[in-house]
Amino acid sequence: MNTATFSIFRGDSNGGKFEDYTTEVSEGMVVLDAVHGIQSAQANDLACRWNCKAGKCGSCSAEINGMPKLMCMTRLNSLPLDKPVTIEPIKAFPHVRDLVTDVSWNFAAKMKIKKFKPRPPDAPDGSWRMAQGDIDRVQEYRKCIECFLCQDVCHVLREHNKHDEFIGPRLLVYTAALEMHPLDTEDRLQDLKNAHGIGYCNITKCCTKVCPEDITITDNAIIPLKERVVDEFYDPLKRLLRLLRPKPKPENDHV
Amino acid sequence: MREIKEGRGSPHGGVFLDIAWIKEKIADAAAHIQRKLPSMYHQFKQLADIDITQEPMEVGPTTHYAMGGIRVDADTQMSNVPGLFAAGECAAGINGANRLGGNSLSDIIVFGKRAGEFAAKYVKEHGAGQVNNDQIDEAVRRSLEPFERGATKGGGAEGPYQVQAELQEMMQDLVGIVRTEDEMQRALDGLGKLWERTRKVAVYGHREYNPGWHTAIDLHNLMTVSEAITRSAIERKESRGAHFREDYENKDAAFGKVNTVVSKAADGSMQVRREPIPVMPEHLKQVIEEMK
Ligand SMILES: Cc1cc2nc3c(=O)[nH]c(=O)nc-3n(C[C@H](O)[C@H](O)[C@H](O)COP(=O)(O)OP(=O)(O)OC[C@H]3O[C@@H](n4cnc5c(N)ncnc54)[C@H](O)[C@@H]3O)c2cc1C
Ligand code: SF4
Ligand code: SF4
Ligand code: FES
Repeated sequence: MNTATFSIFRGDSNGGKFEDYTTEVSEGMVVLDAVHGIQSAQANDLACRWNCKAGKCGSCSAEINGMPKLMCMTRLNSLPLDKPVTIEPIKAFPHVRDLVTDVSWNFAAKMKIKKFKPRPPDAPDGSWRMAQGDIDRVQEYRKCIECFLCQDVCHVLREHNKHDEFIGPRLLVYTAALEMHPLDTEDRLQDLKNAHGIGYCNITKCCTKVCPEDITITDNAIIPLKERVVDEFYDPLKRLLRLLRPKPKPENDHV
Repeated sequence: MREIKEGRGSPHGGVFLDIAWIKEKIADAAAHIQRKLPSMYHQFKQLADIDITQEPMEVGPTTHYAMGGIRVDADTQMSNVPGLFAAGECAAGINGANRLGGNSLSDIIVFGKRAGEFAAKYVKEHGAGQVNNDQIDEAVRRSLEPFERGATKGGGAEGPYQVQAELQEMMQDLVGIVRTEDEMQRALDGLGKLWERTRKVAVYGHREYNPGWHTAIDLHNLMTVSEAITRSAIERKESRGAHFREDYENKDAAFGKVNTVVSKAADGSMQVRREPIPVMPEHLKQVIEEMK
């Protein structure tokens, strides 16, 4: 049986360091399998988050050889095993222990985004009619598994710590899903511009590169939202119209 | 499963599933498969370099759902511990002998809502209740015990993961999909030995986010559930739904009228008994008639 060495960040709020573990590896293994092997035989208290082992729950995000990835979807045969594989926690959020970070900021920030507000039902039985083409568009955003790898690489959060002013690519994807939903009547453009800080994004596309669900975050979610914000606030004609006539509120207000 | 047990399985102990044949039936089959099964396509491609639109995939059975669970009142979702509510997969009853695809989603939405509403009502009517400090101290003492058994990084005592892995393997082998009395009795013996080891597992490190410690605590629950499954499966001498007994291959009408109920006896042992299935209320019978 072959072995490989993994250099795993161990530590907590008191600081930490990389520790090397050598473990058996075999065909088909992913990084999470190796971490579990190490946890089971050499480091019972090695903290890591995981749940589905299938790239669906978004729990096992980590930085593997410096790249933000899901541990359960990263095959060992995609990594050079002749030198230690480094595994460390994602960086844009507070560290808890070993490979675990506290990502709860994302859920708190999500609560501040205005909720889905559909127009009144189209039919007496309370149902709606939508064109397939209109609803197809938001399907891409709904693939998101909330792994927060995109948040991890976004320099606005990671380097500049603008968590209070910028919701980050994941939540822009979420806002896009709501804004572009054919039934939605809510207006989030003011928030996008101010509270959500969409202007901080300078379209570096780092987020798109790391998304394990291959969501085209920048081109399909952020840029269309930026365009809407620009149309709304910087188009001189719209500005004039807005002054004269506030956005009409839908009659039926319940959600 | 019998084919696999007899050595005719695929290289990794499963079978081959081929959906690529669809290409003989419909045009543009590859795109159709990718559209209908996007996650499966992606997972096989990424984890095994297998293109399921072109070649067979190797599949094997695994645990998908626990049909049994905490016994609750069907309306309020309250267990026989007053004020303790259960809903979803941990509660028993709604799915009968075999949960149909998609029914868990509707279960958790409907009965999660009911459990929440009745729990709120219960609290309003009964107040916060009394806390027994001795019981709390005892629970704390028991949960901290694994730290006090002298485990160190280098060894010293057995850790929880080895016991957990053996339990998983044994339950899969002996109380899995195809069941026989003989194998399940062996599982009971095995559980006895694993219980002893469970009571001795040791962990090290501190209490913050320590998965070894969590597993040491969980292990008691895994053992309890495994034992309840095994004892109930031995008791049910018939095949029904997802419970398949090689030694009793058919349904038995008498068993169709009872639930298997497991409870803790005064001496701490597990007791298994049969109880008649509650009669269906008239208004539900009517719904079923209407749907026919
Ligand atoms: C592979 C797979 C595919 C499935 N596909 C479908 C499907 O397509 N359609 C469908 O309807 N159903 C499906 N199911 C079933 C369905 O997903 C589950 O039955 C459902 O998610 C159970 O929900 P729950 O809220 O009852 O329990 P869970 O989702 O299991 O939630 C239990 C929670 O309790 C937490 N917990 C456990 N112990 C403790 C503790 N000591 N303290 C605090 N928290 C604790 C756990 O971390 C977990 O978050 C599938 C199941 C599997 C395994
Ligand atoms: S494109 Fe925008 S959101 Fe994405 S990483 Fe770059 S700055 Fe952040
Ligand atoms: S958009 Fe992609 S990278 Fe970001 S959280 Fe969702 S799945 Fe993860
Ligand atoms: S364990 Fe769920 S995404 Fe990796």
